[in-house]
Amino acid sequence: MEAMYLLEMRQIDKQFPGVHALDHVNFRVRAGEIHALMGENGAGKSTLMKILTGLYRKDTGEIILDGQQVSFNSPLEAQRAGISTIYQEINLIPYLSIAENIHLGREPMNRTGIDWKQVNQRAERILREMGVEADVTQPLCSYGTAVQQMVAIARAISVQAKLIVMDEPTSSLDEKEVEILFRQMRKLREKGIAIIFISHRLDEVFEICDTVTILKDGKLVSESPAAELSKLELVSRMIGRDATDVLRRKNGVYQGTGGVPVLEAHGITDKEKLRGVSLRIRQGEIVGLAGLLGAGRTELAKVIFGDNPDYTGTLAVNGQEVRWKAPRDAIAKGFAYCSEDRKAEGIFPHMSVRENMTMAILPRIARRGLVNVGRQKDIVDRYIKSLSIKTPGQEQLIRNLSGGNQQKVLLARWLCMEPRLIILDEPTRGIDIGAKAEIEALIQDIAGQGISVLLISSELEELVRNCHRVIVIRDGKNIGELESDMLSEGNIMRTIAQDILQEGGACI
Amino acid sequence: MKKKNLFYAFCKKHGVVFALLALILAAALLFPEFASYGNVTNILNQNSMIGIISLGMTFVILTGGIDLSVGSLAALSSVLAAVLSPKGSLAIMILVPLAVCTAMGLLSGLIIAKLQIAPFIATLGMMMAARGIALVMTDGGVSVSVDTGVAETFRLFARSYLLRVPAPVWLFVLLLVTGLYIARRTRSGRYVYAVGGNEEAARMMGLQPEKIKIAVYTVNGLLAGLAGLILASRLGAGQPVTCDGWEMTAIAATAIGGTLLSGGRGGLGGTAIGVFIIGVISNMINLQGSLSSWWQSIITGLLLLFVVMLQSHARANGTGSTEIAG
Repeated sequence: MEAMYLLEMRQIDKQFPGVHALDHVNFRVRAGEIHALMGENGAGKSTLMKILTGLYRKDTGEIILDGQQVSFNSPLEAQRAGISTIYQEINLIPYLSIAENIHLGREPMNRTGIDWKQVNQRAERILREMGVEADVTQPLCSYGTAVQQMVAIARAISVQAKLIVMDEPTSSLDEKEVEILFRQMRKLREKGIAIIFISHRLDEVFEICDTVTILKDGKLVSESPAAELSKLELVSRMIGRDATDVLRRKNGVYQGTGGVPVLEAHGITDKEKLRGVSLRIRQGEIVGLAGLLGAGRTELAKVIFGDNPDYTGTLAVNGQEVRWKAPRDAIAKGFAYCSEDRKAEGIFPHMSVRENMTMAILPRIARRGLVNVGRQKDIVDRYIKSLSIKTPGQEQLIRNLSGGNQQKVLLARWLCMEPRLIILDEPTRGIDIGAKAEIEALIQDIAGQGISVLLISSELEELVRNCHRVIVIRDGKNIGELESDMLSEGNIMRTIAQDILQEGGACI
Repeated sequence: MKKKNLFYAFCKKHGVVFALLALILAAALLFPEFASYGNVTNILNQNSMIGIISLGMTFVILTGGIDLSVGSLAALSSVLAAVLSPKGSLAIMILVPLAVCTAMGLLSGLIIAKLQIAPFIATLGMMMAARGIALVMTDGGVSVSVDTGVAETFRLFARSYLLRVPAPVWLFVLLLVTGLYIARRTRSGRYVYAVGGNEEAARMMGLQPEKIKIAVYTVNGLLAGLAGLILASRLGAGQPVTCDGWEMTAIAATAIGGTLLSGGRGGLGGTAIGVFIIGVISNMINLQGSLSSWWQSIITGLLLLFVVMLQSHARANGTGSTEIAG
């Protein structure tokens, strides 16, 4: 039986400081199949793939490729053994020609150096076989994402890969381009090449994949043929909760005034993920945004906050249509945004709690460019108390605070602006349970003061506990809205996996 | 559509060539003495040193780096040659400065590639250190004459002629051709472009960006040493305070020649043109006579800003049409 598998990763274990990234995971791929590797963020997919391609070392376990035990120390070694990787971010050289990108590192040589004629001819032949029309002597960057993705595949083919790892190859492609990619993938499958396909788009997985392996929290959940798996099962396995066993908990009902919504977004479409999302938030309402990773949640938040002016659709604040050019326009209308990536987009690590908290409000507490330090300190003092931020003092560097307290400082940064709407993107990610509860209590307080909240979270429980209403999006489109009695984890999951219910409700 | 694109691409690619030709034409019309044998030789000769340094600088910038140390290294090289001249051996006078400058370039490369120090800082340190060594060796900046025993022979290095063209110019041309060959026909040359274009991708493709980086700084050190030797030979002396700002001129020439300062795109041909654009401007100001030579800085600076603005404009409109067929 063993010979059936092109690749077998057995009992792979990997520890990072404080995290058991992979817990004795088994993963096997047959030749000539397209194998989906699924799991939410942090499930261990990329760690597993990085071990396979030689970027990480495994702690224990063995990798068997084509019946041979292997262990790669670098992507180059993996490549030589026939494993190619196509990354989400296209990893090619923009200014070099298409032909050169395909051959870089393995250029045909003649007596006077690189044989450019052969480089170009070979590249042309490979692309023609793939049905891609492009001038191979032109710089890669003069073509769009889809062609660049095809070039990456051409490179994989030209190194005679037996196994191609595709890490979210569709995330920057439009529907037509995805079709072209899928056609190539099917051709590769016919040639007996195995593909490991990582994507957050469920529809794609069911369209193209033969087998699905699901990881959660570093453990193997299941391996099964795609045909025997329902969308709902897939979602509940990824999220790790039995779909039937989800109870609805406490949930406050929105009691604010009807009135004009604070924010109304209609048909928001951007160049990448969003395909016409709409949403409406009233004063003091907590609206949740649910959906799998890559559904377009953060992208929507960025459009609402003016961080992506390149969109179509309309935004209205208190009934008046607005058109943002930059976040400062949104801030001027009383919007606030706590970003998902605290480290990269939120804190200034080498500055104090005081400076971090008052960075956005400085223009208001300064006169002729001079900061009124007295007022600044009063504000900081007030918020350290009211949010019970644990810090030795205002002057402590923010990087010395725990994640939960950093998050509170960021919240305070926006709260002291007295916003009308605050967008919280994964506010409890990476902070411990105690701090989580405090942040959640704060969210309720904020709403109680009449501030509207848009809460983005991957944790369905958190949405159910905190939100008055949850909007579910998938692949950049609204697919459902749940409130009051209907709002439960099970219903959110069912909504995400909706198609299958509409098709006959055969699951569970 | 396609024709128009080709024409546009041609202009974009060869714009600097036209700029240089226009400058030369203007100079020849304005100043009758411009086209004389003496003046042309002078321009070529004076710019061959900056030219040699700019070749190395182009490779460095193509990897996305920068090297501020080359002016100081050239000065150090000239001082070393002069200080070693009493030994009476031409071989020592030439090989030791070259070896020292190469070693210091190698050191910069190692610091940048292995310790991941920003090239600006690493080579700024090397720039100050090399200048300091040159000053220490000459008791604080006094020019050291080449020992009379070897002075005559050493002078030949810069002052011999072949087909009425001075030797340094031949050396520059030889290095330019070699450099072009390396850049276009060898793997190492292509990897320089790859590393500058997208270092992470290059690593994923199995290339070794560290090695490439170390190599370009080492070569740049060697070329700086060579330029310093030419200077010492021309002056008959080693001067610790010369070559000030050569690194900046070399960077300017590279940028004017169309190499992106962020790396990955450009080349030596453009740089050579850039060197002579700066050279001809400077020569025109000399010939004009009444303008102060500082005007050269002003004009070169404005030209540089203009070119860099054009580049960023071209980059913003970089991605073109997508053609795909099933």
